[in-house]
Amino acid sequence: MFKFLLVKLAQLVPTFIGVTIVAFAFIRLLPGDPILLMAGERGISAERYAELKAQMGFDRSLVAQYFDFLKGLLHGDLGNSLVTHSPVMDEFMSRFPATLELSLFALAFAVIIGLPAGVLAAVKRGKTLDHTVMGVSLTGYSMPIFWWGLLLIMLFSSTLGWTPVSGRISFMYFIEPVTGFMTIDSLLAGDWGAFLSSLHYLILPAIVLGTIPLAVIARQTRSSMLEVLGEDYVRTARAKGLSSFRVIMVHTLRNALISVVTVIGLQVGLLLAGAILTETIFSWPGIGKWMIDAISRRDYPSVQGGLVLIAFIVMIVNLLVDIAYGVINPRIRH
Amino acid sequence: MKKTLLAAGIAAMMLGATPVMAKTLVYCSEGSPEGFDPSLYTAGTTFDASSKTVYNRLVQFKPGTTEVEPAIAKSWEISDDGLEVTFHLRDDVKFQTTDFFTPSRKLNADDVIWTFERQMDENNPYYKLANGSFEYFNSMSMGELIKSIEKVDDHTVKFVLTKPNAPFVANLAMDFASIHSKEYEQQLLDEGKPELANQQPIGTGPFQFVNYREDAAIRYQANPDYFRGKQPIDNLVFAITSDAQVRYQKLMAGECHVMPFPNPSDVEEMKQNDDINVLQEAGLNVAYLAYNTQQAPFDKPEVRKALNMAINKQAIIDAVFQGAGEVAKNPIPPTMWGYNDDIQDDPYDPEKAKQMLADAGVENLKMNIWAMPVQRPYMPNARRTAELMQSDLAKIGVDAEIVTYEWGEYLKRSSDTKREGAVILGWTGDNGDPDNFMGVLLGCDGVGGANRSQWCHQPFDELIQKARTLSDQGERAKLYEQAQEIFKEQAPWDTLAHSTVFMPIRKEVTGYKIDPLGGHSFEGVDIK
Repeated sequence: MFKFLLVKLAQLVPTFIGVTIVAFAFIRLLPGDPILLMAGERGISAERYAELKAQMGFDRSLVAQYFDFLKGLLHGDLGNSLVTHSPVMDEFMSRFPATLELSLFALAFAVIIGLPAGVLAAVKRGKTLDHTVMGVSLTGYSMPIFWWGLLLIMLFSSTLGWTPVSGRISFMYFIEPVTGFMTIDSLLAGDWGAFLSSLHYLILPAIVLGTIPLAVIARQTRSSMLEVLGEDYVRTARAKGLSSFRVIMVHTLRNALISVVTVIGLQVGLLLAGAILTETIFSWPGIGKWMIDAISRRDYPSVQGGLVLIAFIVMIVNLLVDIAYGVINPRIRH
Repeated sequence: MKKTLLAAGIAAMMLGATPVMAKTLVYCSEGSPEGFDPSLYTAGTTFDASSKTVYNRLVQFKPGTTEVEPAIAKSWEISDDGLEVTFHLRDDVKFQTTDFFTPSRKLNADDVIWTFERQMDENNPYYKLANGSFEYFNSMSMGELIKSIEKVDDHTVKFVLTKPNAPFVANLAMDFASIHSKEYEQQLLDEGKPELANQQPIGTGPFQFVNYREDAAIRYQANPDYFRGKQPIDNLVFAITSDAQVRYQKLMAGECHVMPFPNPSDVEEMKQNDDINVLQEAGLNVAYLAYNTQQAPFDKPEVRKALNMAINKQAIIDAVFQGAGEVAKNPIPPTMWGYNDDIQDDPYDPEKAKQMLADAGVENLKMNIWAMPVQRPYMPNARRTAELMQSDLAKIGVDAEIVTYEWGEYLKRSSDTKREGAVILGWTGDNGDPDNFMGVLLGCDGVGGANRSQWCHQPFDELIQKARTLSDQGERAKLYEQAQEIFKEQAPWDTLAHSTVFMPIRKEVTGYKIDPLGGHSFEGVDIK
């Protein structure tokens, strides 16, 4: 197990270096200059432009800039935002909990609905229920997030008035961030009203962000359930006279879960990508919205720093999935 | 146990639902502020959250107009040679008392001098902290204009200028000239955390800063010591909502009271809504098509005029602005003083245009039309505008190709004197002074920069230069009226449109006034 971990960790190093290069190059490949964008129609004199460029360190060679970025990274320093002048690391960390909270709720929604739906579809294979579940999940999978979000807002918030349109908590509450999770912080503050309000604000965005993972999980659960249901040991279990509930829940589902867990792990990357759109629609103050702003302002340090941190998180989650995989399926451990 | 918890929860919720009988106004703002020190930035979103709420200036624009009126300065006089401007300060202006600062004295001349020193004196610690990046102060050439600032007494400050400049007083009503507390910033310097001035602002304005949750909400409360008296609302919240469609949904759901920048296509529907009032006003802006007057055949006024006559501007207003604008005939908007309403616009007349081109000896003309890639307050869709122009020009035998670049690149390349083609661009006024349009955008100094038509025409430039040095507004207005005649004869631009600004507000909101300069201020606003 230890060796397995070590190998996995070693594999992360080249990937991580690749990520830094891509992140560094990406924002510079986009046309656009942060200084010109800031100046707008008003324009800027050539001298002032050169001065600002030198201050931001963009007058040096790209290679030198890249190594500076790498050096800072090793010290945990991602530089300062060109717009707010605060450290990129602080800006990221203050917003990341919001994204994580939303993603976890979205994932929970996807698993709680997707897993049983997949199991049911597999058990009722070929029946109306199966077709319904698969049809709905195909629709969910192909749903454009932006359109889906607006649709839900119009129905549940504007027309029915059941949920708030956007935001993270009612403006009546101001909870001092401790963990950055609004649900936890409101409980820590002992404010039940704030806690309920934060849940209320989570419902729609979590559903929107969880829709695609839900579809993926339901489909994966169904297909791997079907595969396991065809195994000899399931036939043996049935032949032994075990109840069909026990056959499905214990003998089939547990084994089918191996591939489902992998798929759930893979959703983390997707969730972070989906968060960018979901956060924009629901004015959710997370890293997705922050990255969009940073890209449109060509805030180089924020974009490259943000990309590296997001990639790092996805890599770590994938590593954890690999480990979990080994725990569920002992055959993987070498 | 569970039941008690639940009961406690419900009780807390009910308490939460009726916090206090305080009046709270929620504004669905369009984006996050870059910071809270208005001298460092140039974006309207940042000013709304800082200078418009927390700060005051020596003078201000009378709400809803571009007229300059007293604010912290109760009066001012300008010397005969125009080189000295003396301000008399009110003696009852207090800086805000908050969790993080308690002022020990009222505002005085030191604060005023400090405000400008920090933006122009290289030895000032705040100047060093920002590396001198006070872009608005710089772009208005304030550093070159101000020779010195003198404290005459505690409540009198004298600005000595390097040359007479009529728009100077109006410049001091702009956001970057917001008065900072010297005492607060000195205190931050002593504590070794001067950067906090950009996160926890202290000013003299109608609202004081409470807290900011990044990208989510900014909270303010009414300043009880405000020199014009406490505001009718107790709390002001900016709920940051970047998508226009979502802002509209929030306004309908009652989650906010006021929203800026609606989608033009939603405005008609909003007007039908019983809960919403849609305020509207002509914006202080202009959209134009600038020819490169240094390149043949666009160096000939008759060619430029012919092209202007070939373009159907009313069709652009109808199709692109969807009625939310009016055809422009002058380079300044009609709400501005000095506007010459006697000017006759070149009529839409393709036949005559064709004839004029032929007379000028221009055949088979090929040209570029530059369409900017972004939506701006003065131009909802430049691409569509360019397409309409393209088809209009085709009718007189001109073959136009549409080009575009990324926004920053567009601004840079369009400034180049060797640029090929005519550029769609526009301008929103900074200080309500005609010089801010005609001087900046059409003066000889602007060639290779903000003067996109690269047009340096001596008779026009002389009028503009002269108008800048006079202090009598009536005399200045006459010069600008003449300048507009020359502008129309020479036609360096096709003046396209002045757009209309819409502000949807909920019916219960009273006292909101649209700021023609594009800002959003909540002074004097109440909820019924």
